[in-house]
Amino acid sequence: MTDLATLPQLVLRNARGSADRPAIREKDRGIWQTWTWRQYHDEVRDFALGLAALGFRRGERLSVIGDNRPRLYWAQVAAQCLGGASVPVYQDSIAKELAYVWSHAEVAVIVAEDQEQVDKILALRDELPALRLVVYDDPRGMLHYRHDWLKSFAEVQEAGRRFGQAHPGAFEREIEQGRAEDVAFVCYTSGTTGTPKGAVITHANALATARAAEAAERFQPDDDYLAYLPMAWIGDAFYTLIMSLWAGFCCNCPESPETVQRDLRELGPTLLLAPPRIWENMLTAVQVKAADAPRLKRWVFELFRRAAERAEILRSDGKPVPFGSRVLGTLGEFFVCGPVRDQLGLGRTRWALTGGAPLGPDTFRFFRSIGVNLKQVYGITETTGLVSLQPSREANPTTAGRPCPGIEVRIGDRGEVLVRGDGIFRGYLKNEEATREVIDRDGWFHTGDAGFMDPRGHLVIIDRAKDVGALADGTPFAPQFIENKLKFSPYVREAVAFGHEKPFVAAMIAIDLGTVGNWAERRGIPYTSYMDLSQKPEVRELIREEVRKGNETLPDSTKVRRILLLTKDLDADDAEMTRTRKVRRRHVVEKYAAVIEAFYGGKDEVELATAITYEDGRQATLRSRVTIVDVEGRPVEALAHA
Amino acid sequence: MSALLEIRDVSKAFGGIQAVTGVSLDVQPGEILSVIGPNGAGKTTLLNMISGFYHADTGRITLEGEDITHVSPSHVAHRGVARTFQNIALFKGMTVLDNLMLGRHVRMKAGVLKSFVYWGLAQKEEVAHRKRVEDIIDFLKIQDLRRRPTGSLAYGLQKRVELGRALALDPKVLLLDEPMGGCNHEEKEDMARFILDVNEEWGATVILIEHDMGVVMDISDRVAVLDMGRKIAEGAPDEVRADPEVIHAYLGEAKNGGRRD
Repeated sequence: MTDLATLPQLVLRNARGSADRPAIREKDRGIWQTWTWRQYHDEVRDFALGLAALGFRRGERLSVIGDNRPRLYWAQVAAQCLGGASVPVYQDSIAKELAYVWSHAEVAVIVAEDQEQVDKILALRDELPALRLVVYDDPRGMLHYRHDWLKSFAEVQEAGRRFGQAHPGAFEREIEQGRAEDVAFVCYTSGTTGTPKGAVITHANALATARAAEAAERFQPDDDYLAYLPMAWIGDAFYTLIMSLWAGFCCNCPESPETVQRDLRELGPTLLLAPPRIWENMLTAVQVKAADAPRLKRWVFELFRRAAERAEILRSDGKPVPFGSRVLGTLGEFFVCGPVRDQLGLGRTRWALTGGAPLGPDTFRFFRSIGVNLKQVYGITETTGLVSLQPSREANPTTAGRPCPGIEVRIGDRGEVLVRGDGIFRGYLKNEEATREVIDRDGWFHTGDAGFMDPRGHLVIIDRAKDVGALADGTPFAPQFIENKLKFSPYVREAVAFGHEKPFVAAMIAIDLGTVGNWAERRGIPYTSYMDLSQKPEVRELIREEVRKGNETLPDSTKVRRILLLTKDLDADDAEMTRTRKVRRRHVVEKYAAVIEAFYGGKDEVELATAITYEDGRQATLRSRVTIVDVEGRPVEALAHA
Repeated sequence: MSALLEIRDVSKAFGGIQAVTGVSLDVQPGEILSVIGPNGAGKTTLLNMISGFYHADTGRITLEGEDITHVSPSHVAHRGVARTFQNIALFKGMTVLDNLMLGRHVRMKAGVLKSFVYWGLAQKEEVAHRKRVEDIIDFLKIQDLRRRPTGSLAYGLQKRVELGRALALDPKVLLLDEPMGGCNHEEKEDMARFILDVNEEWGATVILIEHDMGVVMDISDRVAVLDMGRKIAEGAPDEVRADPEVIHAYLGEAKNGGRRD
């Protein structure tokens, strides 16, 4: 077995070569518990043989649902050992979405984290004829669940150990049968439009992409990675499973989603991947803490932060940093940057990636200036999560980096980014037509993102190709670009910009309950709920000022003229966003048609009747009159043209 | 099957007010028994007599055959009876972890001197107790609150921590005085889940005072009804619900009267 063709073969290699190195950790009962690669191998083997004993066959599919837990990762690898594929799903999905994915993928086995997830499966059991076995990790509350198709993780492993004694060498034989073209994952893309599609990713795709990543960035066996992102997201599958197995570094599962921030600090991971949301939250936390600090501390913080930021801007432009700034930088490192990095848990971070959506330049610069090697990465599910990455010396807030070695990138018609390479997925599960739409005859994958290559050879992503439009006067209009400007304000959580074929740009804004709430408390403004807070005149004025600041960096024609504060945050449960928090534009336009009409009809108020879906699927309607704000006086001429 | 806790004809008066009059009740091991009744019916007084906080004027209370009628609260706790209070009684300035460790206190054997030196037994003991407390933290899903002062927590979470402190005693019998009072719908559902899990998985017998009829009827094995200090009914939830005297005394009255919190 000189040629490594599948992920399970990497497990065997690691169990031999790095047997006693840490492979995965989980914080349990307040303590980080470690499994070495040998133990990792044994856990996977026992579970795989248990699945085999219970009748799991090559080509079948296993799904996992829950938070990041070692056992859920082992289950995925175990299925792959037997020639099966893993179908991870978002644990916060509503029942309808889960039913669709599980029945579409015809999963035979589901491994669930706990009772909560098992209950979801129980409710959907009748719609899933292919489902034969449900396995749960945490036995808590499961005492009275008696079904012969429901087993605990430990029971399956026990069955596996018995099966292993009766069939020595069975595990190795199963792995040997694995071929590079076998399916490793079926990842359902959240899809900003329509029903989710299952992207089929083979072991060959996975390993080719791992090679590309390794050629572009340094991974070390002693690296620590924090596995806290949804398992259904390709980003997590790529780093926690594929790259960890490939490079042999250790993945660490936090204690619970609520403790991630503290676990991050305890662990001090050397590698970190986080979507913009997380970086924005971290920056917001720093800003809030700084604002609450005594005057002297605040002054010191501001002094050194500004100095560091100025130096960072010079550095990224390739200009020399003057001596005085360097001295200030050294002092700042000691007094401010180092301690802040340590507080955030980024003290040991060699490199950190942001991806999934664009990150505001000021946020980006903040982290770089305090000494975090933050870089942008671009990748999507269909490319096994990787296309391009910024080299450490060329990090900047505007590009998506250089295409990784072995991955070809070309700009197609209408500025669409096309990608080719061995990492491109095989196609959508049971959907030939959709596959043909995105992979052309020459093997180029059409990403649907609009972008261009800059003179340095970096890829720049502008927006989703189909979202890029034009104002009524023909000015190009990229909504995401404008939304990101607005979202840089710590008070703005989400924004949706309108303007295609309209005389000017208008935006709906969802405030950030944490920061705006804190702001209101400090000013003694009482409020009861998100809805109440969002409609306070003071808050309206605050956001208006923030939007005006954002407008300063926009050309006149695309300045945001009118805004409205939503009475609730945009939510994936209401189908307004995807599970990875991307705006589902078409749906939002339909749902908020009345708002758009009011924006451009010159009205100052609109009645919002928002249907909201609770996590258990119940629906309710919130009604309220909401004021529309003119950001810089009334756009009179624009309205006259409307 | 012999009862775990036997209450025989107990009465308690405060001055001229007869709070509890001749109540008898058998609590079977492993059951969830709810005590319901209108305000001032004597429910909390009954609980206080079991936990040794009050002593019955007449009658007898036995735990596993031992008379505990006139035993002090700390001794009752030693014998495995833990309780939570209607108005949360946590140390607000202390962290969640410290409050729970405090709940282990009656199970600790090292004396002041040994603990001070923190060597040998004392250290081993502390580790073992911490392990148990971590089990409880995991069970109640409050990992993110370990280091938070309890006073800074939301009301529903404080109720949860208080349950945790009672659990830290490794109780045979858990006395819960309105664990859901003042909680919102979601917090009530969580609490009901925890009570059921404690009962099923840790084998604790639960005596519950609660005003939320939905919860009581849902999770109780048996229900006892008190009115004006007397027991007027006892039985399975459905029987009690259909009992005309109960409807008159409790449910009928509750509709017109408000609740006290």
